[in-house]
Amino acid sequence: MSGRPASRAQPVAGTIAAALFVAAAAAFPGAHARAETIRVEVKSLAFSPAQVTARVGDTIEWANTDFLAHTATAKNRDWDVQLPANSKKTLVLKKAGTVEYFCRFHPNMTGTLMVEEAKR
Amino acid sequence: MLAFKLGAAVTAMILTAGVAAAQPAAKPNDAQIAHIAYTAGNIDIAAAQQALKKAKDKDVRSFAQDMIRDHKAVNDKALALLKKLKVTPENNPTSQALKKDADAKLADYAKLNGPAFDKAYAQNEVGYHQTVNGALQSTLIPSAQNPELKSLLETGLKIFQGHEQHAQQVAAKLK
Repeated sequence: MSGRPASRAQPVAGTIAAALFVAAAAAFPGAHARAETIRVEVKSLAFSPAQVTARVGDTIEWANTDFLAHTATAKNRDWDVQLPANSKKTLVLKKAGTVEYFCRFHPNMTGTLMVEEAKR
Repeated sequence: MLAFKLGAAVTAMILTAGVAAAQPAAKPNDAQIAHIAYTAGNIDIAAAQQALKKAKDKDVRSFAQDMIRDHKAVNDKALALLKKLKVTPENNPTSQALKKDADAKLADYAKLNGPAFDKAYAQNEVGYHQTVNGALQSTLIPSAQNPELKSLLETGLKIFQGHEQHAQQVAAKLK
């Protein structure tokens, strides 16, 4: 993993798809931005990147490659995603705002989602 | 407090190991380190099994389930690694002292019931994980020779630091 925080500048979507998207956006400036999937690795008892910037409508995908079960649980309890050992789980972001989250089983694992309003 | 008794016993062992560090022959070898780590995990599983029989508090019960699941996973990982490395865990005075203290504690806690048990278990889990984490940091991880064993112990430390924090949260809510 690079140390850079994930953001919409480095989406999971492939280069070709991104290029098509840019072309479409240029051709239809009024079109809604396409929702993206942002991947967070859950490995060696850490969320990586720990800080993610996303937009309402985007999907966060947590990929737990640890041999242990974890959770991604919002501190405000808005959501609680179970992450069994070697599993992937997703969450669609519905509200703008900064949400801190942690693993209920290992509270030393923490992360932050900075969710911006969907682009119109 | 039993936590202090166990803590004192392990601290004494760590101090002994610290003194022995000047004499490489007395430093725990990988087979002994593996035995100590495995024994420490089994002790926490046994404590959690007792908690599932006796505890009433919802958070205490789910914490105990977490301990069984995680410590089993770590111990299974350790067994698989030892098999791969063809290392047979070697019983040693530290493992024996840990086991003896843990057996005494199980017998004492068997006499407690209701909230008294819940509090004692949660508080002891804080102390026990603190002690084990201290031993991992000061003795077991620095002494481990095999890089894969060292890496597993380091992962173990992160897991058990998580357990320590989790136990603190559970214990604080019971007060």
